[in-house]
Amino acid sequence: MSRLDIKTTSRAQTVVDNLYRDVERRIAASPPGLCPVDMSLSFLQLCHAQTCGKCVPCRIGLGQLTKLISKVLDGTATMETIDIIEKTARSIVNTADCAIGRDAARLVVDGLEGFRDDYEEHVLHHRCLAGLQNAVPCVALCPAGVDIPGYMALVGEGRNADAVRLIRKDNPFPTACAYICEHPCEARCRRNMIDDAINIRGLKRYAVDHAGDVPQPACAESTGKTVAIVGGGPSGLSCAYYLALMGHKVTIYEERKKLGGMLRYGIPNYRFPREKLDAEIESILSLGIEAHTDVTVGKDIWVEKLQQEYDCVYIAIGAHQDKKVGIPGEDSRNVMSAVSLLRAIGDNHMPNFKGKNVVVIGGGNVAMDVTRSSIRLGAKKVTCVYRRRIEDMTALPDEITGAMAEGAEMMTLAAPVRIESDENGVATALWVQPQIIGEADKSGRPRPNKADSEEVRVPADIIVVAIGQGIEIQGFEQAGVPIKRGTFVAGLSGQVSDMDNVFAGGDCVTGPATAIRAIAAGKVAAANIDEHLGFQHEINVDVDIPTPKLNNRPPHGRINTTEREAGERKCDFDDIECGLTEEGACTEASRCLRCDHFGYGVFRGGRVEKW
Amino acid sequence: MVTLTIDKKTVRVPEGTTILEAARSVKLDIPTLCYLKELNEIGACRICMVEVEGQERLVPSCNNVVAEDMVVHTNSPRVREARRVNLRLLLSQHDIRCTQCTRSGNCKLQELCNDYNLLGDHYIEDLRNTPDDFSNPVVRVENRCIKCMRCVQVCEKVQSMGIWDLMGTGSRTNVGVAKTRTLGESDCTFCGQCITHCPVGGLQERDDTGKVFDALANPKKITVVQVAPAVRSAWAEHYHLDPKFATAQRMVTALKQMGFDYVFDTNFTADLTIMEEGSEFIQRFTHRGKYKWPMFTSCCPGWVRFIKGQFPAYVEQLSTAKSPQAMFGAVAKSYFAKKIGVDPHDIFVVSIMPCTAKKAEAALPTLNDACGDPDVDVVLTTREIVRMFRGEQINPATMDETPFDSPLGSSTGAAVIFGATGGVMDAALRSAYYLVTGSNPDPDAFTAVRGMDGWKEAVFSIPGAGDVRVAVVSGLGNTRKLMNALDEGTVDYDFVEVMACPGGCAGGGGQPIHDGVEMAESRGDVLWNLDKNEKLRFSHENSDVLALYHEYLKEPLSERSHHLLHTDHFAWKMPNEK
Repeated sequence: MSRLDIKTTSRAQTVVDNLYRDVERRIAASPPGLCPVDMSLSFLQLCHAQTCGKCVPCRIGLGQLTKLISKVLDGTATMETIDIIEKTARSIVNTADCAIGRDAARLVVDGLEGFRDDYEEHVLHHRCLAGLQNAVPCVALCPAGVDIPGYMALVGEGRNADAVRLIRKDNPFPTACAYICEHPCEARCRRNMIDDAINIRGLKRYAVDHAGDVPQPACAESTGKTVAIVGGGPSGLSCAYYLALMGHKVTIYEERKKLGGMLRYGIPNYRFPREKLDAEIESILSLGIEAHTDVTVGKDIWVEKLQQEYDCVYIAIGAHQDKKVGIPGEDSRNVMSAVSLLRAIGDNHMPNFKGKNVVVIGGGNVAMDVTRSSIRLGAKKVTCVYRRRIEDMTALPDEITGAMAEGAEMMTLAAPVRIESDENGVATALWVQPQIIGEADKSGRPRPNKADSEEVRVPADIIVVAIGQGIEIQGFEQAGVPIKRGTFVAGLSGQVSDMDNVFAGGDCVTGPATAIRAIAAGKVAAANIDEHLGFQHEINVDVDIPTPKLNNRPPHGRINTTEREAGERKCDFDDIECGLTEEGACTEASRCLRCDHFGYGVFRGGRVEKW
Repeated sequence: MVTLTIDKKTVRVPEGTTILEAARSVKLDIPTLCYLKELNEIGACRICMVEVEGQERLVPSCNNVVAEDMVVHTNSPRVREARRVNLRLLLSQHDIRCTQCTRSGNCKLQELCNDYNLLGDHYIEDLRNTPDDFSNPVVRVENRCIKCMRCVQVCEKVQSMGIWDLMGTGSRTNVGVAKTRTLGESDCTFCGQCITHCPVGGLQERDDTGKVFDALANPKKITVVQVAPAVRSAWAEHYHLDPKFATAQRMVTALKQMGFDYVFDTNFTADLTIMEEGSEFIQRFTHRGKYKWPMFTSCCPGWVRFIKGQFPAYVEQLSTAKSPQAMFGAVAKSYFAKKIGVDPHDIFVVSIMPCTAKKAEAALPTLNDACGDPDVDVVLTTREIVRMFRGEQINPATMDETPFDSPLGSSTGAAVIFGATGGVMDAALRSAYYLVTGSNPDPDAFTAVRGMDGWKEAVFSIPGAGDVRVAVVSGLGNTRKLMNALDEGTVDYDFVEVMACPGGCAGGGGQPIHDGVEMAESRGDVLWNLDKNEKLRFSHENSDVLALYHEYLKEPLSERSHHLLHTDHFAWKMPNEK
């Protein structure tokens, strides 16, 4: 026997490793709405299989938890069983020797806290609170509930215009979403169980790029009702779109020069070409929507006046107020906010960063937009300064790698301390305090702590602060719109309580979020405003969905979207992404498992034809 | 030194002390279950958990060391709850029919569960449906095992055998025989150290008491019992009697009361062994070139199994002399049967041994030389005979002494020390000296081979024969080291005594169990004291042994001696022997 052997992987281990990957993908594809007690039990059993067996709490304790939770699900438990589960799990957390037992039991402890009512329902009534809300994972996870399997199938058949029409039933911004949606729909795609999620956004982009001009449907007969929309961004425009389709007279009040909100003043052209946005807005307005730009509600016109003049008001002003870091020197010249920089770019006022050192503070998507825009504005060097690590950044990973490919520097674990300026008050440098990553906070995100190192000077000609946005509550607070933690308060219907005819939605209610959530809020508000006005208009579309095919089961690579070469794209503001080819789009569309038809979908919930 | 606070007491202990030992140093007892000092400090049972201020979770005290200014609470509500939950978890996989268990009343789990007042509901019973294997002297009872890993550790670390291992993963993790064998298929020596280190009844000797009760009840059987040397040092521990009071002669009374027809002493055949083995050694030593060296003692059956399984090339160097137990059986069913004029087939020989491997030895196909039946019919461990006494409601504290029966009941001080490490060597050297020189040495001339060192070496000069280089090892881990050293040629001896159990038979695998306490040394001291106080301290002065030679065997190494008292170690095979 040799003294040491090279480690090799046994055949069994190779197969098990594949199994682990399958498990990972499968968990990723868990449909929303499953019984949390049952899922905990299953996960617990997986954890128990991982135990080495050395220690009592883990080897036996996890097994007893399994048996006890099974009793809960079998309806043979009592309320005392829940206490025993809790005590046992707590004791395992307290006495397990390593993470295998401790964190498995912690999962049970957290579950008893997080969904105790589910446990109790099983014990007291022998039934489950859970139930599949929506049979189709992608549709369930799309805030606007777009019929994704439907348009996947249409793209696969080359019926791109029908795809656009089908999307518009739930989302009037197919083009915007085709370019910039964060695609939550892909997260739990059932195709994960086989190989990888469908490239849903890529297919949508293929549809809108190849659909040509798709006329809007006719509006319903005029109701004579009027609605004022405050804010011409994605939420306001969506609400306006559906209300117009329902036959209501809609008027939009927009503070900026142009409509589009963050789609125009937040998202740079290279991600979403301006002419595409203009075309989409024009198409929406073609329903007869009136828009007043350069009007600030709360200053030029009062909310109360809108309430009087219109039957209903929808407030969707977004989150456009810049936040300050709160460090000395922030008022120096050449220190600007991301909001103001992107706003200028949105209005085509391109600042000249040629030869400048630009420092961007922040790690979100907006910080990346600013970083990549600064590169395109000719900056000599752009440094993104962030308190935590790259993996802790809230920006999409693709945005970060994209920025880095274009030459941006990521200076992580650096907390801004002060801004240094010259005798003219012009910023010359950002001083940062190095950080060390520390313990995780309650959400599981590790906190940065001050590192035992000297402050570092980062030379800067331009400093852009991109650490989030607030909401301009001026004028709305006085009108009686309730505010909590800096955002407007509205119910799940969009209606503002105590204000009979006022609805609100989008970023101004949720805080800075995604376009699709703002669009969904507009859609929800439109439905409830229609209801509020005494109508029950139905929104539907007469598109036949192709019959599912049966040949899409073998594992197959996902067709990814590609980007233009970094060295080339960083020199202009043109679109960076290359859409799928016809071949790629057809192949990708054929990977869709058609959960609208197969599985639960064929029974119920597979397709919401109208709303 | 480190200063810390345990239960409001200030404690100063050397750096590196565990929290558990620190607490015990000031008489604060933290309960333990799997813990065995220096052998099993793995924190498996999670009973010794304590609360350390500033630590979010509880800390196992057995394998975490103290720190300056540490504040420890050994009995907080959290600690109590954790211990109770973990005990109850253990009980869910434990057969709690304690009355069926040999360890009831001497069980660490039972004691802790009683201490922690575990009334009320238990967890859901989760016993396994695995049949237990009673075919070997060592029996593992699946549903009593608490997976404390002590058996795994003692077998690997002390005995170097690695028979027991942790098998499987996940919820079904279990203790089993390594390399996916059964115990019977393995090269287990049946030393029984796993049994004496088990905190519960997960491991026990195969209970053979029923066969003995049957024989005692059978009027046709002449029951003959022999008591091994080391048994007398431990048999009355259950009754908490002083060893000075609990003499072998008081045990004779107890055995007589149970109905044994003849109560004899294995010491008799220990003296006989010295005659044979001593003569064999001198024979070999004076014809050096004809033999391989060293010669090994052969009285320990665990060792014989070890050498056959682990170092088969050395088997021919074992003394061919049978062990005292085997010699006794052969003599009882030949010489003694003839002497009392009975058919040897009617004699039922019972051995009381401190040993589980003796059960396997008695079952060897080669040990039936007297009349064709097994020379020894049943082997009981010390623990089993104590159970029989209890069943007979025998109270040794109230008993008088009775001498052993004659003629197989007399012995010398050289025999009783067979039960302690170095004793066989000491006794053999005393008689070898006499056999060569014709005069007795000082009986305490060979003290260098005594004592608890695991591996002892000495050189003694025997005038006329020369220097005899001897070694004495006990414990199979030490034995393996010695054998490897012999193999590598780094040591060289003439005569080697090996005992499989640390400290010799006094610490044997069949002896009474005191959880967490090693008893070999104090029991050995009892035996050495008996030797010291004996009038006769040389095996060759045992007149009954000499009479046996005179009347029956003629002389050591005679033809009849060879037939009855010697054996062929190659005539039987270990499970995997080719």
